[in-house]
Amino acid sequence: MNAVIEAEHLRKTFGSLVAVDDLSFSVAAGECFGILGPNGAGKTSTIRMVYAFSPPSGGTLHVLGLDITRQARAVKSRIGVCQQENNIDPDLSVLQNLEVFARYFNIPEAEATARSRELLRFMALDQRENSRALDLSGGMIRRLVMARALLNRPELLILDEPTTGLDPQSRHQVWERLEELRAGGLSILLTTHNMDEASRLCDRLIIVDRGRLLVEGKPAELVRRHVGRHVIEIVDPAEGLPAFLRERGVRFENIGHRLIVDLEDGTTLYREIEERFCDGGCIMRMATLEDVFLRLTGRELRE
Amino acid sequence: MKLYPPLSRRFIRVWQRNWTVYRQSWKISFIPPLLEPLFYLLAFGVGLGTLVGNIRYEGVEISYSRFIAPALIAITVMNSSFFENTYGSFVRMYYQKTFDAMMATPLTVEEIIAGEIIWGATKAVIATAIMMVVISFFGLIRYPEGLLLLPLAFLGGLAFGSAGMVCTSLVPNIELFNLPVFLFITPMFLFGGTFFPVENLPGWAQTTAALLPLTHLVNLSRAFANGRIDAGLLPGIAYLTAFAAITFPLALYKMRKRLIK
Repeated sequence: MNAVIEAEHLRKTFGSLVAVDDLSFSVAAGECFGILGPNGAGKTSTIRMVYAFSPPSGGTLHVLGLDITRQARAVKSRIGVCQQENNIDPDLSVLQNLEVFARYFNIPEAEATARSRELLRFMALDQRENSRALDLSGGMIRRLVMARALLNRPELLILDEPTTGLDPQSRHQVWERLEELRAGGLSILLTTHNMDEASRLCDRLIIVDRGRLLVEGKPAELVRRHVGRHVIEIVDPAEGLPAFLRERGVRFENIGHRLIVDLEDGTTLYREIEERFCDGGCIMRMATLEDVFLRLTGRELRE
Repeated sequence: MKLYPPLSRRFIRVWQRNWTVYRQSWKISFIPPLLEPLFYLLAFGVGLGTLVGNIRYEGVEISYSRFIAPALIAITVMNSSFFENTYGSFVRMYYQKTFDAMMATPLTVEEIIAGEIIWGATKAVIATAIMMVVISFFGLIRYPEGLLLLPLAFLGGLAFGSAGMVCTSLVPNIELFNLPVFLFITPMFLFGGTFFPVENLPGWAQTTAALLPLTHLVNLSRAFANGRIDAGLLPGIAYLTAFAAITFPLALYKMRKRLIK
């Protein structure tokens, strides 16, 4: 396998706080790989190590075959990074943001302007090239950050929560662009806690919590393995439902006013539950990555 | 070319970023160094100068305007570089996250900070050049010796900019810059031989003043503006060079500590 990222026993500590604890994963060339986890799970700490922003406290990390601790500059010249914060340059125009950034990669001026214009078209920002970057909407700023990350024609694109805080239209636009890039063969590493995003974009993903790896696999595979095919949700279930389900040997989760049942095939059981126990309301739906996520990381609030 | 491993010539890219921003607002940036010497020369040179009369400087009687004009340049060098690398750099680092974005490119922390400090020194040179034009209209700078004020502004800018950057590496929030401003900048502005000769101070205060960088910068500015070039200036130049040679690497080191987590 031609790996663009190989992390072995990766560890990151801040004083006594262990942010990343013995994390190993690898990303193949051309793959879109996701790191999922609740807030504070260590996602950002992990990818900051991958883009050589923050040195690992332990373990080994190779990006594009290069050792991240010894060849950071070489790695950084070949990857593109969208950090979580929209750190565009508010003092500059949209086009200048790209031209100035291209200099950091020593891209010659004429080439930088040509690439900038091309990327602004790709990100549907070409009408706004002379606007002040500050005057753009949230979605446009995000696309500008993505355009900026592509200036050096990276072999690997790294995105930290690319759609957090965006409206649905902007989110879909970002997803479409990322799908196009992936189709073009670009390797992508992203963190997210948006499960739709992960299911839609990621070929493979890991779920981490408290700095540790919980599971790894393809999104659909993980759903089948950890939840099943169907989920029945019953609101304010009638008494006797838990006993009934236990009798049937069905796995369920009782969270107060709501009871969640996962099944490989729930159609027959659903009818029975609907007739006998469904006072408040119940639905049957396809199991999703969100069910896997909540099952594995728990339902209690973080931070 | 590698100066030492994490600091290559790429720092110029950071300097260029600031230059690009500066060029957009140059009309506004030009106003303070243009008007400040005018106001000071009017208020102090003409207004106060009539009360003060002439001043004995290096055994010669000179007008009060001639005495303070070079000090105004030295003060501007101190202020423009110190404020650029405290408030200016802090805003880029903390609020705009400009350094974070740069750190995801091939630039190193050392290059980013070196670029910022050299930019601060450049601003000091630009301000000095503008002030020299204004002050020359009053006939208060002797040429060609006066041209030495430009490289001096760069050296002073490096010294005060690096000192400012060390402060930036330490403060948790922007309000705390008040501390170095009131404990370091303002006392130098008042007592560094700027508006009256250091010799007017009591002995202990003279010794203290001699330890401060602005005193030396003012001395050198006054000497260059009045065309007095001699070996007596070497200790002052040595002092400023040593000051920059300590604070510049210290700023890079402390900022690495602050930014790399």
